[in-house]
Amino acid sequence: MKRTLAVSGLTALGLVAAALLSGCQGPQGDDGGPDPRRGAVLVEREACGACHQIPHIQRAVGRVGPPLAGMARRTIIAGYLPNTPDNMKRWIQSPQSVAPGNAMPDMGLDDRDSRDIAAFIETLD
Amino acid sequence: MFTMVRFPVAAAFGHGPSSTAWPMSYLTTAGPRADPVTALVWGLILLSIAVSFLIAVLVVWGVLVRRVPGSDEGVASMAVSRPAGGLKWIWIGLVPTVGALVVALIWTIYAIRAVDSPGQSPALTIEVTGHQWWWELRYPGSSPNANFTSANEIHIPVGEPVLIELKAADVIHSFWIPALGGKTDAIPGRTNLTWIQADRPGVYRGQCGEFCGLQHAHMALVVVADPPEAFEAWRQAQLRPAPQAHDTVRAGQALFDAHCGACHTVSGTAAGGIVGPDLTHVMSRSTLAAGMLRNTRAARLGWISNPQALKPGARMPATDLSARELAGVESYLETLR
Repeated sequence: MKRTLAVSGLTALGLVAAALLSGCQGPQGDDGGPDPRRGAVLVEREACGACHQIPHIQRAVGRVGPPLAGMARRTIIAGYLPNTPDNMKRWIQSPQSVAPGNAMPDMGLDDRDSRDIAAFIETLD
Repeated sequence: MFTMVRFPVAAAFGHGPSSTAWPMSYLTTAGPRADPVTALVWGLILLSIAVSFLIAVLVVWGVLVRRVPGSDEGVASMAVSRPAGGLKWIWIGLVPTVGALVVALIWTIYAIRAVDSPGQSPALTIEVTGHQWWWELRYPGSSPNANFTSANEIHIPVGEPVLIELKAADVIHSFWIPALGGKTDAIPGRTNLTWIQADRPGVYRGQCGEFCGLQHAHMALVVVADPPEAFEAWRQAQLRPAPQAHDTVRAGQALFDAHCGACHTVSGTAAGGIVGPDLTHVMSRSTLAAGMLRNTRAARLGWISNPQALKPGARMPATDLSARELAGVESYLETLR
């Protein structure tokens, strides 16, 4: 009985995960709109987790900057900017132009990369 | 929902698409230090499966078929009173068993002999010292100015045996690159010898194979096997001291010397510490913190500012540098190519 429950539970979980994954697959092309999944890959590649604790990202346990859990529900970015997708992209792409001298570095991300990372962060509610 | 996302290992090490990334597997190997053992492992696995199958068949056969008619009531007395020559089954069992064991023994001896030392004299020697929790690498040269020191990323020429002199600075560690060969312990006060040879270019991941404290699991290393000319170019680049700091990074260098130089060396500068990894060419390496972080700008800043959050217990303390000072140190580090 327990086992049946566990099996059906796992199956349900798998289905939900598959649905979620296919749901956020999104367009992969250059101009196909923001792609949060690609954003998550970039977050891992750039090692954003060395400074931030980030849900869903492996070993993102840094304690230099703020944790990013719940970022989608916060109203202000970096203590300055209203939390809109455009502002998030701007902050990620060029934090030094928004708040010169702050600890977050310009990572040399292009428009598409920073837009996709912003889209990923907008999923962290 | 993003937990499925994993960055491909090859790209994670930043060596471009041409070099193959070898995972931590000892069932697929790529050199004569490992291949004979891999063949032996597969052979013994198949032999064990065959023996288990044979025994299972005989047991089932014995239970279902080979019963003395009319003996159902006296199972306990059956074996001793049966007149049939049961002794022959002892021999039938013993001969193939001993035969298989002798074959396995001889095969094992040959495999051990094959991996014991390389067939030709090693192309180079590398001194590898295990520290809590990183690997110090020293490439000795023919003269003092032909030596250099690096960390966590061993480069070797492809297709050539390389002698590894293993030491330990604090506790016992174990050098283990699964695709290139079995483990060899690094023991304080001793020098253990082993060798590796990669027959195909690629990036081979390894890991400390002996529990050595809190961050044992984060004590990884990679072996990068390059074609001979690429290896030589890498060696020449590693031999160069750090470039004269440009005006724009001089402040960063001063901060580095003051805050980091007691533990880290940058060859050709005032920073000469030997507690932590040599950083003379830190930008040439693919990872930080012994294979833990991809060597990106974000990773360097996060690691320098608060290594204890990322690798609790690591010997490197959190720094009290301001954001501007961190940026200065980072701009200096970026010149250490």
